[in-house]
Amino acid sequence: MDLVQMQKSLQDYTKSLFLEGILDSQFLQLQQLQDESNPDFVSQVVTLFFQDSDRILNDLSLSLGQQVVDFKKVDPHVHQLKGSSSSIGAQRVKNACVVFRNFCEQQNVEACHRCLQQVKQEYYLVKNRLETLFKLEQQIVASGGMIPAVELGF
Amino acid sequence: MTREELPNLAESKLTALVVDDNFVNQSIHQKLLARLGIQNDVVCNGKEAVDAHCSGRNYDLILMDMDMPIMNGIQATKRLREMGIESKIAGVTTRANEGEKKEFMEAGLNDFQEKPLTISKLLSILHKLDFYVQT
Repeated sequence: MDLVQMQKSLQDYTKSLFLEGILDSQFLQLQQLQDESNPDFVSQVVTLFFQDSDRILNDLSLSLGQQVVDFKKVDPHVHQLKGSSSSIGAQRVKNACVVFRNFCEQQNVEACHRCLQQVKQEYYLVKNRLETLFKLEQQIVASGGMIPAVELGF
Repeated sequence: MTREELPNLAESKLTALVVDDNFVNQSIHQKLLARLGIQNDVVCNGKEAVDAHCSGRNYDLILMDMDMPIMNGIQATKRLREMGIESKIAGVTTRANEGEKKEFMEAGLNDFQEKPLTISKLLSILHKLDFYVQT
């Protein structure tokens, strides 16, 4: 694949993430912050998000797995994940966390278990898609090209 | 707003403190401030913010998260005001219901913005707190 085709593929792929609602405009904010002084800013922040989320999801699994669920422990974790997913533009993860928090407030254990699964699903989806996006970017840079700006047109 | 249109406030030598326990938010908030030329430090909770001021550090602007362990944003804001700290404090939180916002404002905030923070929201804070005049 030549450079122009790679750049077009990246643009189309990135657009699809917005059209599917996996990412929202906050991700564009991060891209706008990236510059020559910190050319890997977006991938650095997203990597932090992955590390943070892996830890939180693990803690949530443990907390919800207890015989008596302590929602004072569960809710702050979901709040954290909602915050960081919102900050990087992982819209579907954030939305899943909003639903999760509502069930935490109701102390509905069964529903919270379902929510945890949903959050995990959305998280692994955005993780997979972003890892693919960064690989596409790396291929372009390795071929001597520039990463094109995303024009969403909607 | 394009990169080229962003104001550079480096000449004004503004300083800011980011108070947030979330590393993702810390990274983004610091980058937003740096992009506008604002020197900044970061701490992980309200107690560290208070300790920083006790040790003699002072900032023009504090971006204060609400939910933090050890000492939350409401407690830290109250404490800083009790200490006579007159820095502008902007609450930045995902909690946006009116009751929570009112409680946070009454602790001593000068402004409040809902997360996620963006360049526009940060400029709005700076404009409202008279650090930046929009042209």
